[in-house]
Amino acid sequence: MVHIKRLQEDGADILAIVGEIDASSSIELDLTIAKSVGEGFTRIFVDCSSLEYISSAGLGVFMSYIEEFRDKSIIMILYGMKEKVHNTFQILGLADLLHIRANKQEAKQLLHELSA
Amino acid sequence: MNTKTLARLTFLGAAISWLVLVFSDVTVLFSDLKGLTPDIPIWLPPLMLDLYVVSIYYYYKFKIERDEGLNFTDLLWRVFATGLIATVLSLALRLLDFLLGSTMLSSNIFFIDVQYLANLGLLISFLLAAFSAWKRLILYQKSKWLIRGWTLFEIALMIVLLSDNIKLFQQEWFLTSVSILIGLLALVLSANMKWVAYLNFRQKWTSLLLLLLSFFYLGYFFYTTNRLSDTIALQSSSFLEFRGHIFNIYLFSFIMLYSIFSFLVILFNLPTSSVFEQKLEEVVNFQRISQSVQTEQNEESVYEILLESSVSSVFADAAWLEIKGEHEQNRLQTHHISEVEARKIQEHLNGRNVKGILEQSSDRTRNLSAHLSSLRGTRFRSLMAFPVHVKGEKIGTLALLKELPEGFNKEMAQIVSAFANQAGISIENFRLLKEAIQNERYKEELKIAKTVQKSLLPTHLESANDFDIAAFSESADEVGGDYYDTLRITDSQVGLIIADVSGKGTTAAFHMSQMKGIFHSLAQQALDPKEFMVRANQALRYCLERGSFISATYFVVDAEARRIYYSRAGHCPVLYYRAQENGLEYITDKGAALGMVKGKDFCNYVETNSIPYHPGDIMVLYTDGITEAKNQKGEEFGSKRLKQTIQEVLEQSPREMQNHLIRNLYAYTGTEEIDDDYTTMIVKFKHARTIENQTR
Repeated sequence: MVHIKRLQEDGADILAIVGEIDASSSIELDLTIAKSVGEGFTRIFVDCSSLEYISSAGLGVFMSYIEEFRDKSIIMILYGMKEKVHNTFQILGLADLLHIRANKQEAKQLLHELSA
Repeated sequence: MNTKTLARLTFLGAAISWLVLVFSDVTVLFSDLKGLTPDIPIWLPPLMLDLYVVSIYYYYKFKIERDEGLNFTDLLWRVFATGLIATVLSLALRLLDFLLGSTMLSSNIFFIDVQYLANLGLLISFLLAAFSAWKRLILYQKSKWLIRGWTLFEIALMIVLLSDNIKLFQQEWFLTSVSILIGLLALVLSANMKWVAYLNFRQKWTSLLLLLLSFFYLGYFFYTTNRLSDTIALQSSSFLEFRGHIFNIYLFSFIMLYSIFSFLVILFNLPTSSVFEQKLEEVVNFQRISQSVQTEQNEESVYEILLESSVSSVFADAAWLEIKGEHEQNRLQTHHISEVEARKIQEHLNGRNVKGILEQSSDRTRNLSAHLSSLRGTRFRSLMAFPVHVKGEKIGTLALLKELPEGFNKEMAQIVSAFANQAGISIENFRLLKEAIQNERYKEELKIAKTVQKSLLPTHLESANDFDIAAFSESADEVGGDYYDTLRITDSQVGLIIADVSGKGTTAAFHMSQMKGIFHSLAQQALDPKEFMVRANQALRYCLERGSFISATYFVVDAEARRIYYSRAGHCPVLYYRAQENGLEYITDKGAALGMVKGKDFCNYVETNSIPYHPGDIMVLYTDGITEAKNQKGEEFGSKRLKQTIQEVLEQSPREMQNHLIRNLYAYTGTEEIDDDYTTMIVKFKHARTIENQTR
């Protein structure tokens, strides 16, 4: 089960994922990201501090946006991952493809750098 | 002995007793007239009569009582036919008498006696035929007490029959009490008229006619035998006077009593018989609807039966059944009304904004007659509509029409409602059955898919003389997405692969089969592992749907260089045991899964690595199904526990290590049900025996 909260800060959309993302709940994640993009956000933060587990289907959702975001110059930064979750991203090689930071501070820092 | 033989025997017995009766009676009469003592005992004629009665009784018992094929009118017909034959025979005798004219013979008392006895025999035969038939009618709906009553009645009649011959039974008080008993029983038994209710209108008329004719026969015989016995009695009293034989009187009275009762009951039941018939028909229609599933009919036939049954149950002049079509158009089945007219009435009601049943949204039975009166040019004056529901969803409307105003009543609405409900249930059953069959088929298909997929995994693993290998795979669903395989590339090189398709089930299985194709075509080209991954990614980029990827690790074990070259594309890190250092570690390096990056720059995300191997080294490959397997508390098996498990059995063969791992895994999860596919491949290196020969 997953719950995704959205809040906006400085023109960026923050998606806070609470719970586990498996095959069924990955749809919700996909919908939320699509919605954020649909609303015109080009700066998206994903707060993973309460993300307990992510399955390959959930990773697939993040993966599927990589090329689209690159083409549309949308910046998505994930932060606050637990070690175990980060490990999953790492193994799959997604850590190199996505922007992942330890905390919100660093994420904002990165955004600043990328936007510059 | 079968019934037929028994019937014949009893008939023969009756015929013999009758003949003996005639001779003995004539002899007795003759002796009396001549003033002689008869040569034969005078008790013989009554005894013969009794014998005759008993024989005929059993004859009909076998002919009528035991014949299961007879219905009520058939029974009455049997009685009537027996009466007819008896009357015809009797009339033939009279004709003979008439033809002889006033000759000596016709006025001869012995000839009259024979005639009299013939008529008596025929009368008794007719009475007993009726008796057997009445018995079946009375006992149609048996109860314990009814059967006891009837048995008692028969015993009492038997006593009366024998009273002529047995002195004991001839005492006044005894006979009187038996007679009273018979009278009471006859009255009580005659009240059992339940069979009448099961006759339909036509059968009732037939029964009345048959009964009426039977009355006629009874009257005729009574008159004839009376007249003949009177004639004889004028000359002598020493003959078998049937009127002195109370049994005959009682039997006659009982037959008469029940016939009169039946006649009256049928007569008074005539006006209500249509109601009973109607009810019976409703039950039959109900059965037809509910049994249509078993008789392998289809939904169409249920609709037809519903329409037919409803029309006939409420005497509707016309009806239509509108079934919600799969597309926009609704289907209309009509009965005695054209589709155009039905649509016109619907339009009219819709036009008047009648929030009634005719629009598909409403779900209540409604009498819409009032709205019909405002429609011109229609012959109908009453209209009632019913919904047909399947699983709580309305699938159609049944509309019944009558030319009479106020043509429907509450009872009619109830019965049609019941029909509509039953039809809904039948249709639901049809659909469930269809679904069940469909599901069964899918299951079969999945079974086939499972077999096919199993065959995609190698049954035999490529071995070399410097390593042993074992592999295991178990899917969570019918079909899984894990893949492992081996292929000999050159004499010194063996390619190994382990892969895990994201997601589970059928789609994963399809991608897995693609992966197998890719492995077999690319591996034999002796590619560098990184090149292998880049090309595999190239091949898969258009096959994988959005969000899908395949994690894989490809190894080339080179016996000549004694090195393992490998490229990891997002797959779980290899657990490697270095025997020389006695160290068991995960090998970490970079590598993105296949399908993650669709473009050419995928080559930036994968790399070829190599490690040397030595005898005793162990390489444990696995999929994330193993590390992510959860126990009852939801904790994962994890890479630490995996490492620890392997650590325990480093000295064992790959097969034993694998079994140990699987045992531990199942023990940890505590269930046979697995969430994700488990796959493991374990390679253990050893001293090559003939390495020179191998490398040539």
